Amino acid sequence: MSFDSMSERAVDARPSTARWIGWTVAALIAWGIIYSQLVPFSAWVTAATRIDPNSHLGEAVSFFAYDTPKVLMLLALVVFGMGVVRSFFSPERTKILLAGKGQGIGNVLAASLGIVTPFCSCSAVPLFIGFVSAGVPLGVTFSFLISAPMVNEVALGLLFGLLGWKVALTYLCFGLAVAIVSGWIIGRLHLDLWLEDWVRNIRAAAVDLPAEELSAIDRIKAGIEAVYDIVGKVWPWIIAGIAVGAFIHGYVPADLLATIMGRDAWWSIPAAVAIGIPMYSNAAGIIPIVEALLAKGAALGTVLAFMMSVIALSLPELIILRKVLTIRLIAVFVGVVGSGILGVGFLFNFLF
Amino acid sequence: MKEVKVLGPGCKRCVATAEMIQNEADKLGVAVRVEKVTDYAAIAGYGIASTPGVVIDGKVVHAGGLPKPDDLARWLTA
Repeated sequence: MSFDSMSERAVDARPSTARWIGWTVAALIAWGIIYSQLVPFSAWVTAATRIDPNSHLGEAVSFFAYDTPKVLMLLALVVFGMGVVRSFFSPERTKILLAGKGQGIGNVLAASLGIVTPFCSCSAVPLFIGFVSAGVPLGVTFSFLISAPMVNEVALGLLFGLLGWKVALTYLCFGLAVAIVSGWIIGRLHLDLWLEDWVRNIRAAAVDLPAEELSAIDRIKAGIEAVYDIVGKVWPWIIAGIAVGAFIHGYVPADLLATIMGRDAWWSIPAAVAIGIPMYSNAAGIIPIVEALLAKGAALGTVLAFMMSVIALSLPELIILRKVLTIRLIAVFVGVVGSGILGVGFLFNFLF
Repeated sequence: MKEVKVLGPGCKRCVATAEMIQNEADKLGVAVRVEKVTDYAAIAGYGIASTPGVVIDGKVVHAGGLPKPDDLARWLTA
């Protein structure tokens, strides 16, 4: 490359970066303005339909007209932010950070990295083997594998949108706690012999990936791609979920669920977890329904436990993991994580 | 002839990655043999922790997510 073309590139690289950042800031401001107008917008929609706002149908319509844009907007914001943050991490780098870390600190680190490391359940098995063969302790690997799917941006974004940042933060903290403690316990049990034989025998080559150099523009693009990819995939679920939620809001009597899912019904937590484990839904479909259940008197701890068990433990994921784990180890995994979630439910209902 | 291996258990992105590489190679007129590696033990042996992974002439050049078009051209012409 000649000197001329290099200096030319350096010159036009900067205004372009500034332009991207400028557009991003402008988009965020526009986001804020639109968001602040949602309440008048939903009132206008309800008025335009000429339905009595105090009727069942009116309540359902105004809930739907307010919640749908609000939730989608908050979700898009969280997914964008997470997409940018995740461009700084990769499973390979996380693996190197975790290799050789002991119990305790390793579990905390693994669970935290689980939130920000890009993860897809389709690569759970290569990730698992990659971690274990690189010398990441089994319990630490589990801490990562529990937190990565459970504390994800869709769950956090939707909880934030529907239930407020306090509930989202609570979910984040308790999700991390379950991942850290479950991984630590599994590590203490020394179950390495319960891995499938071939997994223990793999000697992975040390890989030396050239670090991908990402510019600020690449990171903004990563955020936008995440929004297209994730919000583009989950929006029908969210709308369906909110529609069901709107129906419950408008038509189900207020205290119907208080007796079966309320604080006094201790047995509802184990029941919620037992129902939740085999169920498989992405966070998108389940959270709007959860919000409506809460509004009708279900206890928050019970509902959180249900949500965590649906998202963190699912049959398809267990079937994928069966390739590397023996049945006994899977049973321990489900048992430990399930108990952890149960604990969260009880603790939460007790505290709040 | 470049030996290209796409590492992945058969997810959508792994198939897409293999196609992208083949197309780019055809466009550039580079002779390649693209092979998909789906065996977990073999994938793990390369030391990657996310799929799809791309191996060119025995060297891992990419792991996780679809590769960027610019990178494809760079790998194939290197």
